[in-house]
Amino acid sequence: MAYTEEELKKELETQEYEYGFVTDIDSETFEQGLNENVIKEISKRKEEPEWMTDWRLQAYRNWKKMSEPDWSNVKYEKPDFQKISYYSAPKSKDKYESLDEVDPELLKTFDKLGISIDEQKKLAGVAVDVVVDSVSVATTFKATLAEKGIIFCSISEAIKDYPELVKKYIGSVVPQKDNFYSALNSAVFSDGSFCYIPKGVRCPMELSTYFRINQAGTGQFERTLVIADKGSYVSYLEGCTAPSRDENQLHAAVVELIALDNAEIKYSTVQNWFPGNKNGKGGVFNFVTKRGLCHTNAKISWTQVETGSAVTWKYPSCILKGDNSIGEFYSIAVTNNYQQADTGTKMIHLGKNTKSTIISKGISAGKSQNSYRGLVHVSPNAKNARNFSQCDSLLMGNKCGAHTFPYIEAKNNTAMIEHEASTSKIGEDQIFYCNQRGIDTEKAIALIVNGFSKEVLNKLPMEFAVEAQKLLEISLEGSVG
Amino acid sequence: MLSIDDLHVGIDGKPILKGINLDVRAGEVHAIMGPNGSGKSTLSSVIAGNETYEIDKGNIMFKGENIIDLAPEERAHKGIFLSFQYPVEIPGISVTNFIKTSINSNLKARGKDEMPANKMLKKIREKAELLDIDSKFLSRSLNEGFSGGEKKRNEIFQMAMLEPSLSILDETDSGLDIDALKIVANGVNKLRNKANAVVVITHYQRLLDYIVPDYVHVMHDGKIVKSGNKELAHELEEKGYDWIKS
Repeated sequence: MAYTEEELKKELETQEYEYGFVTDIDSETFEQGLNENVIKEISKRKEEPEWMTDWRLQAYRNWKKMSEPDWSNVKYEKPDFQKISYYSAPKSKDKYESLDEVDPELLKTFDKLGISIDEQKKLAGVAVDVVVDSVSVATTFKATLAEKGIIFCSISEAIKDYPELVKKYIGSVVPQKDNFYSALNSAVFSDGSFCYIPKGVRCPMELSTYFRINQAGTGQFERTLVIADKGSYVSYLEGCTAPSRDENQLHAAVVELIALDNAEIKYSTVQNWFPGNKNGKGGVFNFVTKRGLCHTNAKISWTQVETGSAVTWKYPSCILKGDNSIGEFYSIAVTNNYQQADTGTKMIHLGKNTKSTIISKGISAGKSQNSYRGLVHVSPNAKNARNFSQCDSLLMGNKCGAHTFPYIEAKNNTAMIEHEASTSKIGEDQIFYCNQRGIDTEKAIALIVNGFSKEVLNKLPMEFAVEAQKLLEISLEGSVG
Repeated sequence: MLSIDDLHVGIDGKPILKGINLDVRAGEVHAIMGPNGSGKSTLSSVIAGNETYEIDKGNIMFKGENIIDLAPEERAHKGIFLSFQYPVEIPGISVTNFIKTSINSNLKARGKDEMPANKMLKKIREKAELLDIDSKFLSRSLNEGFSGGEKKRNEIFQMAMLEPSLSILDETDSGLDIDALKIVANGVNKLRNKANAVVVITHYQRLLDYIVPDYVHVMHDGKIVKSGNKELAHELEEKGYDWIKS
């Protein structure tokens, strides 16, 4: 039986708080700094098996020998890694008694996004009476998914319950030593999600609601592993359109996708971490490694809407290992005020007749810097590889920057690679035209930006697309004086 | 409806309009003619509220209210419509989506509810038919890749949808072949009534055979140098613009 999100919502509205389970762990934070004892302690708290502890330690030893990358087009003060606390038990986030105590600006934003009162409370960290709790949601989901043999749980649970799968695939697409941040994440990852779709199964729902609600407690070093077995399909959504007032400055996540023969994974992200204030103070450093591996005839699509974070460093990539496999990357990256984004993708063509598509839309406003960085690599054995890349930049005002860094490495002469790029500016004449039709300037900009981003917005699941559109509007508010 | 009094306008300190006086009452059609550079398009832009120009002196009264300090969208909300000489492109936004946003913005500003989708759709169909517009055209991106004629027809389509009190048609005839011109003129004529007014800005007399004006004004060097009835347009056509320059 197909189980839709609508049905789930209805069920939750009427459901009593059945699973009276509250993660009431006292706020417990380790002392700052990182060493082998800290890692052992993290692993112990999470009741991990020895192989996992060893894996983490190995990553730590690798990390110590590595240095932070500095080739990207972003400038920031490097974090002091000995001044970070690496274990923070999911704090009870209930800081307020009622919504009246919450920052009214935040509530205004919630309203604009059309988020329900209950969810607003949850996201702002208000004690909730009628709980739409991540635990019960997850449990309801799980029951439906279990019928199909789909495993969908936290990575911590997966390490305990499905060690064979985790052992086989973790670090197989993003090796520990891949880069500085992936090594760090491998050593200290807090939690994340695990998903396994069995052979030939089409996941009956967008895996979304869970994450939106669960977001409030997401850790600093997230680890996600998605495995789509032969001939299966899954559409996976992460992130949250609601602004996240996370105080963790450094976020270094790792996401690994494995699409076995004839499988398809759609992975959509909306990232809206705290971007810092108007003067560029504060904000999250978002250093993410995301990569997918496609076996024969498999397909992986990355779709991302990146509006948050002070600094973003992120290149969701596809390794097209199997013949006839397909990789896609659709991205909207918005930067405003002093935000910096260096984002793009890598399409590594290894198999024959592999295809990749890259559509990147960068929107820069304020004094921000927005860079697209993409690699298309065709290996000597990848006969008849095809790539199409399109990178469009939209500038608002004259104090921001848009940059494009395309890298093309073709080592097989049957490859066909196309690259198109454009840069445009929102013109005063466009705004006046809209104004003359009764549309105010803010709405006019939203309209123009949505038109510009349309090709990518269309790739998002319907419900998410509407939210993402509103998010674009909000992110650019006040960007034209 | 519209009353312009001693309007002086410049750009970067250079005067363009040098004392314009104009009165347009409800139900009337006025034509403003004149050679290139006489200030016709500047006048239409300034009435619509384009902020690139500096108002040095004078007032623009609309329905008894001085609108000189109002933003362009506020003037639109009050019922002023400008059919642009060069309509801009907005990629990715369909004609339908744009007009829907426009209509609902205006309704909202007037304290009314948004137009329900079925009513909107019905109206779009009706007005598209009036202007002989194909439904495929409505789902194309606004003005992107439109021919000159399509752009102008789209302007009049928007006018038909918005039903403004005052429509200013800035060189709507340029770029139109005779068939398109007839369709557009026919559309404008059907929209005319006792409560609204039209100001037609044109270089040539041709359009005025189809949209017959009650008054004709001739502009030269930032001033209205001659006013009369529709006969003036014919006289101008015969004698050329040199006649008024001398």
